[in-house]
Amino acid sequence: MTPTAGKTATLFTDTPLALDGGAVLSPVTVGYETYGTLNDAGNNAVLICHALTGDQYVASTHPITGKPGWWERLVGPGKLIDTDKYFVVCSNVLGSCLGTTGPWQDNPETGKPWGTSFPVITIRDMVRVQAGLVAHLGIDKLMMVIGGSMGGMQVQEWLTTYPERLHSAVMLATAPRHTAQNIAFHEVGRQAIMADPDWCDGRYYDHDVKPAKGLSVARMTAHITYLSEDALTAKFGRNLQNREEVTFGFEADFQVESYLRHQGSSFVDRFDANSYLYITRAMDYLDIAARHGGRLADAFKPAAHVRCCVISFTSDWLYPTVENKSIVHALNAAGVPVSFAEIESPFGHDAFLLDVPEMDHMLTGFVKAAARTNGLFFDDQETGDA
Amino acid sequence: MHNLRPDLKLIAELIEPGSRVLDVACGDGELLDYLVHKQGVDGRGIEISQAGVNDCVAKGLFVIQGDADKDLEEYPDQSFDYVVLSKALQAVHRPQLVLRELLRIGKRAVVTIPNFGQWKVRMSLVGRGRMPVTKALDKTWYNTDNIHFCTILDLFDLIEEEGLTVRTFVPHKADGKPLNYGRTRANWSADQALFLLEK
Repeated sequence: MTPTAGKTATLFTDTPLALDGGAVLSPVTVGYETYGTLNDAGNNAVLICHALTGDQYVASTHPITGKPGWWERLVGPGKLIDTDKYFVVCSNVLGSCLGTTGPWQDNPETGKPWGTSFPVITIRDMVRVQAGLVAHLGIDKLMMVIGGSMGGMQVQEWLTTYPERLHSAVMLATAPRHTAQNIAFHEVGRQAIMADPDWCDGRYYDHDVKPAKGLSVARMTAHITYLSEDALTAKFGRNLQNREEVTFGFEADFQVESYLRHQGSSFVDRFDANSYLYITRAMDYLDIAARHGGRLADAFKPAAHVRCCVISFTSDWLYPTVENKSIVHALNAAGVPVSFAEIESPFGHDAFLLDVPEMDHMLTGFVKAAARTNGLFFDDQETGDA
Repeated sequence: MHNLRPDLKLIAELIEPGSRVLDVACGDGELLDYLVHKQGVDGRGIEISQAGVNDCVAKGLFVIQGDADKDLEEYPDQSFDYVVLSKALQAVHRPQLVLRELLRIGKRAVVTIPNFGQWKVRMSLVGRGRMPVTKALDKTWYNTDNIHFCTILDLFDLIEEEGLTVRTFVPHKADGKPLNYGRTRANWSADQALFLLEK
């Protein structure tokens, strides 16, 4: 995997990064992008946390795929997260493969890629690196931290670990821990990668190959969990792929097969298989309540001043409403002000990335109120109730 | 802004500035907005409709999408000074349980109801022989959200049966004008009534 074409910071040079698993990393490089300008008061910074296979290119063209940013629908000049008003930061998470330290990078001690000798990381470790970047960029306090799915897990770790650096927090389609089913799907993905002979026990970088088949199958499996049965039926039904009849063979007869194969094969061009192992493991290890005697509310108590918003989607079976509501319940019990809605959407887990007008309405109101209450006033917004 | 609807004004007048208030079925957040931004209340809302939730959030309020019948159990005992249920008791599935929940969560409860005992309603039922449709009760029987109608006297009976105390009773007209009547006369005349309850 190649380092990012974008911005890079080298952090934790003097003080190493102490990981939850006990290992230390020094230095840590971080690939990131920024949009807009940090104002003089320093009160307009928004950190966006990306999901499992996301990256820092939230509102600009991806350097490998050439596709638009993954949240350009919401982030940009004049958009819901308005880069004319806010200073938006998005960084590639620890363990990933677009400029941030991960298993693809050379171990400074050996001069060879880490591979599976890279230490296992957690969601909180990712957040520690983000906090380092935020400080490096001269931001004392974030007006908002926002993320969906694994991004929402990072937002929760921000609330538990650095609440004093937050004014508001938005969590979309997420969970405070991985369930057995969540872990099970991830394990299928990891086994697919490790079963590929080209994985070479994680040292495929040395052999000029990569476990494309295994990573592709991992992506295909995961992709199903991001959709819903209704969405798949509506999009593909039992439609055949460029043929009139089934072939009585194992080609991609059905459109849904062809679609998944494409999802899998295009993914391997932009993602590192070992990064996939490490990040899915970090998600599986997430159990915020466990660090607090099983009481999630206790984890959020230091965040009582942070304005929170949680949104779930009706057709999301990966991180269903009940998981999102457990966050809301805990925030409430901890005295953290929180708004919540379960928004109607047929799109499954991916809804937070897609065009869901009610989500936009709710987020628009929340972002503007967060800006007002953080001392930011703009000509085009109603004032007086902050 | 803040030209509060007269019936909501009656509620706001009962609520001490700076207290903690949960508004159940808070709609577009009109009352909560006034309480939070004019009376310095620490306010939270519960609202079932997405449109209502969005309106509240845009006002800078904190509201959880939910349902009085199901979601009150998630709130700890005595966590609010007041719990408000404005013109929604008749729309819940289990009014008796909801009433108990209000006073488990709050030190005091403010409940307002449309009065099914008012003379116009009675006359309409006697005269037309059909379920009344009036200004305060403006839907037909098959499409109304109001599934547990009661009169002022009915609610007094339930309050007494539950062993609750009525601190303040304000029967009023549809326009929010209070009527200085006792419960029986109010039951004949008032369009609506407000009860401030304690255990």
